[in-house]
Amino acid sequence: MTRVALVGQPNSGKSTLFNALVGLRTVASNFPGTTVEVARGRAGARGRIVEFFDLPGTYSLFSSDPAETVTREFLREGEIDVVVHVADASLLCRSLELTLELGELGLPMVLCLNMMDEAEHKGLKVDMAKLEEKLGIPVVTTVANRGVGLQGLLRSISRARPARTFAYPHDLEQALGKTREVLKQAPAQRLPLRHAATQALAGRLPLSPSLKAELEPIRAELERQRGEDPALVLADARHALATRVFEETVQVVHARITWREHLDDVLMHRLLGYPILLATFLGLFWSVYRMGTFLEGLLTPRLQAVSEFLGHALGEGVAAQVLLGAVDGLWAGAAIVLPFLVPFLVLLALLEDVGYLPRIGFLLDGLMHRVGLHGKSMIPFLLGYGCSVPAVVATRILEDERDRVLTAGLAVLVPCAARTVVLLGLVGRFVGPGVALGLYLLNAAVVAGASWLLSRLVPNAGTGLVLEIPPYRVPQPRAVAGKVWLRLKGFVLVAWPVLVGGSALLALLGALGWNRWLDAVVRVFSWPLGLPREAGVPLVFSVLRKELGLVLLEQALGTGDFPAVLTRGQMVVFAVFLMFFVPCLATVGALGRELGWKKTAAVVAGTTVLALGLGLVARAVAALL
Amino acid sequence: MKLILSLDTTADQLPPGHAATVLAVQAGRGVALRLRTLGLRPGSVVRALAHGPLRGPVILEVEGTRLALGRGIARRILVRPHP
Repeated sequence: MTRVALVGQPNSGKSTLFNALVGLRTVASNFPGTTVEVARGRAGARGRIVEFFDLPGTYSLFSSDPAETVTREFLREGEIDVVVHVADASLLCRSLELTLELGELGLPMVLCLNMMDEAEHKGLKVDMAKLEEKLGIPVVTTVANRGVGLQGLLRSISRARPARTFAYPHDLEQALGKTREVLKQAPAQRLPLRHAATQALAGRLPLSPSLKAELEPIRAELERQRGEDPALVLADARHALATRVFEETVQVVHARITWREHLDDVLMHRLLGYPILLATFLGLFWSVYRMGTFLEGLLTPRLQAVSEFLGHALGEGVAAQVLLGAVDGLWAGAAIVLPFLVPFLVLLALLEDVGYLPRIGFLLDGLMHRVGLHGKSMIPFLLGYGCSVPAVVATRILEDERDRVLTAGLAVLVPCAARTVVLLGLVGRFVGPGVALGLYLLNAAVVAGASWLLSRLVPNAGTGLVLEIPPYRVPQPRAVAGKVWLRLKGFVLVAWPVLVGGSALLALLGALGWNRWLDAVVRVFSWPLGLPREAGVPLVFSVLRKELGLVLLEQALGTGDFPAVLTRGQMVVFAVFLMFFVPCLATVGALGRELGWKKTAAVVAGTTVLALGLGLVARAVAALL
Repeated sequence: MKLILSLDTTADQLPPGHAATVLAVQAGRGVALRLRTLGLRPGSVVRALAHGPLRGPVILEVEGTRLALGRGIARRILVRPHP
């Protein structure tokens, strides 16, 4: 089986191409840094099986954020047979620098010019035959989001071969030669020599102290001659070589200017940008609320009738109670969760694919600075509205450890889709959409406040925002549907069984009369918050899955008609607590992996205190009103 | 060493719509390297597109891409405006 790695710069469409090749496996979006882990999948090419690996985007093998390190390590250790460099054809000159750098790995390679339609839109005419000849590798073109050129790419893999070696200026080659001699002494040195030499000369290769000491004079000599760090000298030399290849093979005819070039004049305008941003948020919220309540109203009576019928048919036994609990969990997933989750995921996918997220990062960077973070942290926060797990993982696009920890710790406070279900399905539906909206704003204010406070404790190390703003793209219906399905699958396969199991468990405890003991234990939360005894278990069990809070609440109270058993104030307090309380187990797991368990424990403790404190405030406010 | 003229300025001061040539990037190795892989190096031509409010980032167009750079970083990029 041939192992093929898809490598390229961020947002060049690797994941879109990967999904088109192997079937839907991974989430692709229009912003740099969507992929931070390696995904794999298989495709058949001419009767052979090819295994594809989708690697996180990297600008250069010199770069060093954690996602890029994953790519570099995988290229070295992943036993790759063929490297497919996926390049954004509309940024060909810059992409060729990476082609040359990847070529130094000495692996069989293919250059795949993706987004060929955008390159043509920009007026780029590529002489493919000449480019193949210059680089010495097959060059193919694709438009991954429309599935164009996939067969050509698959066919080219059998023709892959190592790229031509390009010579750097004389002084650099000399320094590289000396570096190679030093590296040859290293017994465990298994990397391709040219790659290892450039990495070592750039100071990017972990080496033993003695080798390092031997290399130091070579690096110092080069730095003295060029007046710049060897890594920068190498990057510039590669740029010069890439530019020459580009100029010899590409013609730039006049570009067509369309709406896309002018959209930013409005959307990123220093004044107009903000009302539009606000309107976008409100529109998103309002649409999800309207669609959710509509669908829920449609489904609930029907499913409730089934549940009541079953209740009569099965009778009062323990087994019957447990079965009923499981059925309740099942239909709650369909009637309460899905109506809000599906519209939300669709709209989020549209926003992502249009390319609006990086613009939000730009618009809010100034504000984020005031609270001690920068605009790039906005991307994990925005992803957090979908699900906290990818939000935590996405902090890998931040270069700075301190930014990563702060952003991950705060991003879990952002209400994810599951919490949106609770906020809209409980507060929005029974207290009023205005109040639910108010809770979102409260959340944003608390996140900002917490960030401000924490950044006082851990001062900023100082690297600022460097974010590429991708062009707007028209979302492709298939891609949007695919992404929604991938995320929904997470709910159906993981969360839904938890809802069913949790609901059955609670029914069992109720049938055995043990729930009184449990209620007494969790009274530490339900009592100070002024919630009914029965609401305690759903509140604490929401740690398993946030939707479970609402589903179990319904079961514990014995009715879905919440206003009959809870005051409006109690509903708000319940929602506030659940919104800030310890993120669900899956998120705690993700935090543990990304930050380590000590910091994760701090996040868990901090959010518990925060949830309890804000729950008390909400109770006091509700009492005053 | 390039002669620094009185019109020379930093990228955060470049008015939107104006083009300039980068003279130097006075940043640490990590940031300088990241900027280079994005096309920002001495000699490259940039155009300012927008300034974010509240001392927010500046948007520079470089080699056909748009970069949002925090003010702190833009201030380290010395440029010579085109007449």
